[in-house]
Amino acid sequence: MQMSGAQMVCEAIIAEGVKTVFGYPGGAIMHVYDEIYKQDGFEHILTRHEQAAVHAADGYARATGEVGVAMVTSGPGFTNAVTGLATAYMDSIPLVVISGQVPLSLIGTDGFQEIDAVGISRPCTKHNFLVRSLEELPRILKEAFYLARSGRPGPILVDIPKDITVDIGEFNYPDSVHIPSYKPTYKGNNRQIEKAVEAIKKAKKPLLYIGGGAVLSNAYKLIRELAEKTQIPAVETLMARGVMGAKNPLLLGMLGMHGNYASNMAMSETDLIISLGARFDDRVTGKLSEFAKYADIIHVDIDPANIAKLVDVDYPIVGDVSTVLKKMLPLLDDVNTARYQAWRDILKRYDELHPQSYVDSDEVIKPQWAIERLGELVGEDAIITSDVGQHQMWAAQHYPFDRPRQWINSGGLGTMGFGLPAAIGAKRAYPEKTVINITGDGSILMNVQELITAAEYKVPVINVILNNHFLGMVRQWQTFFYEKRYSETDLSFQPNWKALAEACGGIGYDVTTKEEFDAALEDAIKQNKVCFMNVAVNRFENVLPMVPAGGALFNMMLPPKTEENGGEK
Amino acid sequence: MSDTNTRRVISVIVMNESSVLARVTSMFAARGYNIESLTVAPIPNSDKSHITIETQGNARVMEQITKQLHKLIPVYKVIEHEEMVEKEMVLVKFPIAENLSDIASLASAYNGGIVNVGKEMVVAQVADEPRRVKHFIEAAERYNPCEIVRGGVVAIER
Repeated sequence: MQMSGAQMVCEAIIAEGVKTVFGYPGGAIMHVYDEIYKQDGFEHILTRHEQAAVHAADGYARATGEVGVAMVTSGPGFTNAVTGLATAYMDSIPLVVISGQVPLSLIGTDGFQEIDAVGISRPCTKHNFLVRSLEELPRILKEAFYLARSGRPGPILVDIPKDITVDIGEFNYPDSVHIPSYKPTYKGNNRQIEKAVEAIKKAKKPLLYIGGGAVLSNAYKLIRELAEKTQIPAVETLMARGVMGAKNPLLLGMLGMHGNYASNMAMSETDLIISLGARFDDRVTGKLSEFAKYADIIHVDIDPANIAKLVDVDYPIVGDVSTVLKKMLPLLDDVNTARYQAWRDILKRYDELHPQSYVDSDEVIKPQWAIERLGELVGEDAIITSDVGQHQMWAAQHYPFDRPRQWINSGGLGTMGFGLPAAIGAKRAYPEKTVINITGDGSILMNVQELITAAEYKVPVINVILNNHFLGMVRQWQTFFYEKRYSETDLSFQPNWKALAEACGGIGYDVTTKEEFDAALEDAIKQNKVCFMNVAVNRFENVLPMVPAGGALFNMMLPPKTEENGGEK
Repeated sequence: MSDTNTRRVISVIVMNESSVLARVTSMFAARGYNIESLTVAPIPNSDKSHITIETQGNARVMEQITKQLHKLIPVYKVIEHEEMVEKEMVLVKFPIAENLSDIASLASAYNGGIVNVGKEMVVAQVADEPRRVKHFIEAAERYNPCEIVRGGVVAIER
């Protein structure tokens, strides 16, 4: 069928089953927007910044497991989108981002709004394309979706010169993809799997180390089955919260820089790490030479480059976590669960010794209380997104995540401003679910313009701002490591949050007491409008436990058991 | 795993398409790996190109280089050469006043010879193992070379 390049873009998006596209028009992408206007195969959400468009597509992808799609124009439209691409890249999120480019004849001439998009995005995309002719456009679009979702997922950029969107040609959307140089391994080597199973049976202190790959692979049922069957305790990374389910007795908690005591001690003392879709990030391992010194390592990862990148691995298994576990589980029928009883007892004692705790207050709302209260009030029904900083860590520590894809945050890149647009994307995917963005008074301002988007499209996401009038995580480091010189972290000068929300068509709540917190949340859910819950929290609360950067995982600063007298308030 | 840095030659077979070389070299740059020399040319009668990279690093770095190269979508194959024939070419320009027969014998001792004689300069060419090319350049120093152009390593597994 004859059609323009712009139409081909729309037809491909429809053929891929995409229902929602997030984006922002501009000169070089206008022909595509003209076709968007004419079609009714998908809806387009106009964010108010290109970065937010990509984050919204990202939130949509994380919530659903499907490919998210964003569309931006050339030059500044594209450069604004780069942070979104990098965020998705670091967390292996499947996205297709389509950017306009100046016409082919102008490429390389420093034309208006020209920038080398494929050059800039090369290190922060799984792959990218500059379309050079109309003939290759259908194939490239097909490959983009395939590459985004297959193997280790990731964002793909398709940069399309404006004249190609105008040209008319034959559209045959390919049924299949043929990229001979790209063959991801899903299956996992049988011999290696058998060896790993033997190691599990011989271990005394095995530990399941679950990462974001378990979420991407939709492996949570198999992982819960593995834990149940073997009675091996488990720790989750920041990206894997919800895989085991908060109520699972075998879950020790989150490990790493802000992991709980039992999790970090388990990792330090285990004799066999069973790593499922985790990548031994520096925020997880702490000082590498002290990391899991007594452990052999089984590393299951779909990306061979992750294996033996940072730690030596004894049982490398390149494959998809789900596929590998399906092979592994039957081999563990005769596992002796009693073998690990002593180990479970030790870890239980560790958890009793230093549970994940904080000292609550009657005078001021503690941020941890706010998170736990959210968990009590909306719990497993809600989808929680977050920005980056203290609030993110408290949410990861204290929210009772019950299922994967319930917790959406920027782990690898740590992008402030991610939460609100990601929440919009998640809410668009699941309009019936309560979607809450847990954020801080620093982060929320980094994409605050998206209030307008949420109001216009009636996407009622609830933004719980844990407001400590500080750039809290940096302030915490300054307290601990910079002799309390609070360089440029005091955010005392603030907007009127309520008025700001209202100015954009939302609702604002100022919350200073626990009663107000409950009332505001109840009203926010009822009102069904985008809102700010501006929650005044204890200014100098710290995220604990904490492993100082570069320190050994077992050397944690632990939370106080009672309120410290004379502490900063 | 060995921590000592060793010299390695890697062949990378890639799809012959635009920006593929940039993908390879920017991976090295972004991850802090070293490129000592690099040659690239299309493979005859195919849609592929052959990139030869001379690099160095410890065992973990070498493993990462191989894996990260594999991860690039247009990369078909990465060969970490063990048993290889490797050659490098060098062109050296000498003033014509130097002893030409000495230069010719020196070059021929390294599988080369004088390939161009001009009014004021002669050009000698040598193609040999990289180690021997280095020796040739050292030996040629005494004839006051005014320009030395090395070609980078090409290698083929035996």
